[in-house]
Amino acid sequence: MSHLVIAPILLPAVLAGLILLVARGIALQRLIALAGAAGFLALALLLAGRGGAPVAYHLGNWPAPFGIVLIADGLSVLMLLLLAVVALPVLVYTMASGWDARGRHFHALFLFLLAGLAGAFLTADAFNLFVFFELLLIASYGLMVHGGGAGRLRAGIQYVGFNLVGSTLFLFALATIYAVTGTLNMADLAQKWPLLPPGDQALARVAAVLLLMVFAVKGALVPLQFWLPGTYAAAPGPVAALFAIMTKVGAYAALRLGWLVFDAGPTAGMWAELLQPAALATLALGAVGVLGSRDLPRQAAFAAIGSMGLVFLCVAAATPGATVAALYYLIHSTLAGAALFLVADLAGRRGASGPVAALFMASAIAVAGLPPLSGFLGKILLLQALEAQAPLIWSAVLLASFLTILGFALTGSARFWKARGTAPTAAEPLALAATGLLLAGLVAMTLLAGPLTLWLKGVAEGLADPAPYIAATAPQSGG
Amino acid sequence: MNLLIAVTIGLLTACGVYLILRLRTFPVILGLTFLSYAVNIFIFISGRLAPGLPPIIDKAAPGYTDPLPQALVLTAIVISFGMTAVLVLMAIGAHLGAGHDRVDLRDDAEAGE
Repeated sequence: MSHLVIAPILLPAVLAGLILLVARGIALQRLIALAGAAGFLALALLLAGRGGAPVAYHLGNWPAPFGIVLIADGLSVLMLLLLAVVALPVLVYTMASGWDARGRHFHALFLFLLAGLAGAFLTADAFNLFVFFELLLIASYGLMVHGGGAGRLRAGIQYVGFNLVGSTLFLFALATIYAVTGTLNMADLAQKWPLLPPGDQALARVAAVLLLMVFAVKGALVPLQFWLPGTYAAAPGPVAALFAIMTKVGAYAALRLGWLVFDAGPTAGMWAELLQPAALATLALGAVGVLGSRDLPRQAAFAAIGSMGLVFLCVAAATPGATVAALYYLIHSTLAGAALFLVADLAGRRGASGPVAALFMASAIAVAGLPPLSGFLGKILLLQALEAQAPLIWSAVLLASFLTILGFALTGSARFWKARGTAPTAAEPLALAATGLLLAGLVAMTLLAGPLTLWLKGVAEGLADPAPYIAATAPQSGG
Repeated sequence: MNLLIAVTIGLLTACGVYLILRLRTFPVILGLTFLSYAVNIFIFISGRLAPGLPPIIDKAAPGYTDPLPQALVLTAIVISFGMTAVLVLMAIGAHLGAGHDRVDLRDDAEAGE
């Protein structure tokens, strides 16, 4: 039964290999990729149906601190489900729009990216987290330059270069952590971290800050966000939509390790102290960027930066209430950001026709956080959770929202209302439907906000009380 | 011995950082390679230096060196080698496509408008 835990990694990885080996024609590739994404969704639902108790999978049945452990707990399952829900419409859009036929290997890379993301969400070993980060990054390098073109390749080089530096920092951090604690298993780390001798505490703090920098690179936190606007604006539209969840990996890792390990002993409260000003700066930069961009993909990229600012603001607060807000806004901003990237791609390829304009308006409302869509509820949750620091944070969040609305209103009217030039061609119905499906997810989040926050509360409580997570890592007989 | 290795890592890192800040892709790739050399040695010694001791069980051994960092560094070497290869290929593609190998994107933004 516990083999279910590793299935979300194996299924896309095996299917990706299958595509590379046997599927020459695009039709067969599409079929396998669709089956992979649908199967991934089914596996995520199966895992979610098991309830919130952490389940462990010991690779090779090695006992815990020596072997690698995968753990599916509330947070992991939530992220897997979100990934599946984003991946399926994006895949359908890619097929409908013909993006996948503009180069080879789109579907294999897509499935490898799913496998890497699933592994990063499931692993309970810090070095294994690095390996899965690299797996998802190398798939994303291929996807980013999919379709070719000199401009895209050169933006891709910046992206790869920036992330290679990030990977090097990750390795320095992990080696330092290993040098002071002698372990890289997350549960084992959680137990050893508060007990470090005074002589090692300075090194431990250095390692914690290095690790936070790595997650800030992934999560596009100021001042490490430079790679994002160029990459997301130059990447093919559907790939940028899929990347909307890749920035969230940084937030996931910060939540996971922040709660489990680093909010104790020599580093208690340190991440929060560093994260808050960075998150506020990210929020401001995202809002100003949205106001200042003139083309839609770039604007969507800055909106993604701004949403990461909001998520990290809640992560920095490090209370269960703020974590619920962070998770709610994380889900919302992933769906809304992906929809906005797809709309930007539609408008770029097919022109500003009526249905595209309507989808743009809906996704802009969602991203800016206006009622009636879920961004509004997410921001209310966030403001409530951060009430203690109201004067600073409330004014920053509200001002950033205002600038974002203004930016979208400006491009919206210039691009869709007063559209000039060539007449738009009708967009593919299936592509419109896929974008609409993401927005329908937002409507569902709004209507089902009560049960959803209840579920998220359970996830946040699971993070605040690491005892079951640590207990699940311990070897079980016959497990 | 400790000092020698520390100085080596420091020198490699300094070279890597300097080269990464250059404007052309080739020095940047070399810089990333230097950084990965530095971090590989760093991982290798994170289990502390124990010269002349075996990593696996030996009845005559007076003690052991930590085998785990050696496994970690092997993984790290493979990954950084693969990543560098990808970056080299992309850099060659971009160089052939654009006719120059500058890292910044300004020319493309102008050409794209």
